Amino acid sequence: MSQSISVENLRAWYGDHLTLKGITMELEANRATAIIGPSGCGKSTFIRCLNRLHETIPHGRVSGSIKLGDEDLYRMDPVDVRRVVGMVFQKANPFPTMSIFENVALGLRIGGVRSKAEIIERVEKSLRMAALWDEVKDRLREPATALSGGQQQRLCIARALAIEPEVLLMDEPTSALDPGSTLRVEELVQALKSSYTIVIVTHNMQQAARVADKTAFFLNGELIEYADTAIIFTKPSDKRTEDYVTGRFG
Amino acid sequence: MQKRQAFDIALRQLQLKLLEMGERVQQAVRGAMDALKTLDPVKGQRVVDGDQDINLQENEIVDLCVRLIATQQPVAGDLRKIVAGMRIAGDLERMGDLAVDVAKTAVRLQGQPLIKPLIDIPRMAELCDQMVSDALHAYVQGNVALARKLAEQDDEIDHIYRKVVEDLFALSADEPDAVSQAMSLAFVGRYLERIGDHATNIGESVIYIVSGERSDLN
Repeated sequence: MSQSISVENLRAWYGDHLTLKGITMELEANRATAIIGPSGCGKSTFIRCLNRLHETIPHGRVSGSIKLGDEDLYRMDPVDVRRVVGMVFQKANPFPTMSIFENVALGLRIGGVRSKAEIIERVEKSLRMAALWDEVKDRLREPATALSGGQQQRLCIARALAIEPEVLLMDEPTSALDPGSTLRVEELVQALKSSYTIVIVTHNMQQAARVADKTAFFLNGELIEYADTAIIFTKPSDKRTEDYVTGRFG
Repeated sequence: MQKRQAFDIALRQLQLKLLEMGERVQQAVRGAMDALKTLDPVKGQRVVDGDQDINLQENEIVDLCVRLIATQQPVAGDLRKIVAGMRIAGDLERMGDLAVDVAKTAVRLQGQPLIKPLIDIPRMAELCDQMVSDALHAYVQGNVALARKLAEQDDEIDHIYRKVVEDLFALSADEPDAVSQAMSLAFVGRYLERIGDHATNIGESVIYIVSGERSDLN
């Protein structure tokens, strides 16, 4: 059962530079929320705050509150946070020396799962959820790097799903993929959102329009507009949103 | 920084094409009315033949809109302009067809004396002409107030139309020989009233382009 994320007055700094200037928003459970905005608007910083990655950067600092359900993420152990808030990055980053199977199994082993049968079962389940099982079931022992770019990205999604998070963060997950692989990942997002809270950062406006239930437009570290995706792409309220989604700036 | 120049040029081209089509429709309505007043079959036939050009203009506008949707992935205000552009072209095309119906009436009635001097029907046609002009101005200027004013003009046309029908019924009762022509002229009133309705549809499209809101001006 996924839970919603409540973000309140979130500020993030890189040294003295204030990158997020007080973001307040509710990311709904079992929904895909897209974060859009021009480069440097703070959208990647925002999702990196959601799994406490931002504070790992030298001079990275955060204030405000982020709650998953009733739980304050900034009062939890960061390792536990990343267990419930999984992340997929722009470039597929499978562990290159490991097999397809081990890439997915590793998180389970680190998480303390010892039963071989359970690991096998959860690896298969994760690969099925990532719509990759049929393509790799006969080659699980091959290195992950033998997969195509699109398959590698879905492997990373399977890896993130294996530890059964509640939230899945995706930072431009298809920007390095061809159109066919992009569509497969988008279909996956559609399928996964019934079980997870999904937040996807994307530069591809059409992708946001296709996969997201709600869309947030960020500009210069501020949340300018947050509404149902259909509203953002048909009649946004703010002129700056209109200018951005119609490609007039950014 | 100016972006999407080619797209913006195409959107202006769409606007220009709609204005040209609107002007062509206005000419057709004026030509049809001129033919009716004099029951001139040559003038009437000219309007009938010219309708092909109007249909062609609609096709070109729809093709342009479809191409822009396919290649530019328009959203928000741009998308509304394009979707409404197709609807406006459809309304103008229907107005052209109605002008043809009026012109065909003139062709059919050739050689007959008019059963009454035409006063209200030309007045309706003038109002239609004004409504099409105002609708197109509202479209170019994104002028919601002017678009809303079309509802009042449409009410006036509807009012005159009811009077035209009542007068023609009264005349038919007194002069049974005039029934056939009276019915034809009542239909002309109906065609003009429909042109007014299509002009209000354009007003509704203008309001949709500007605000994204649905409205009912008719």
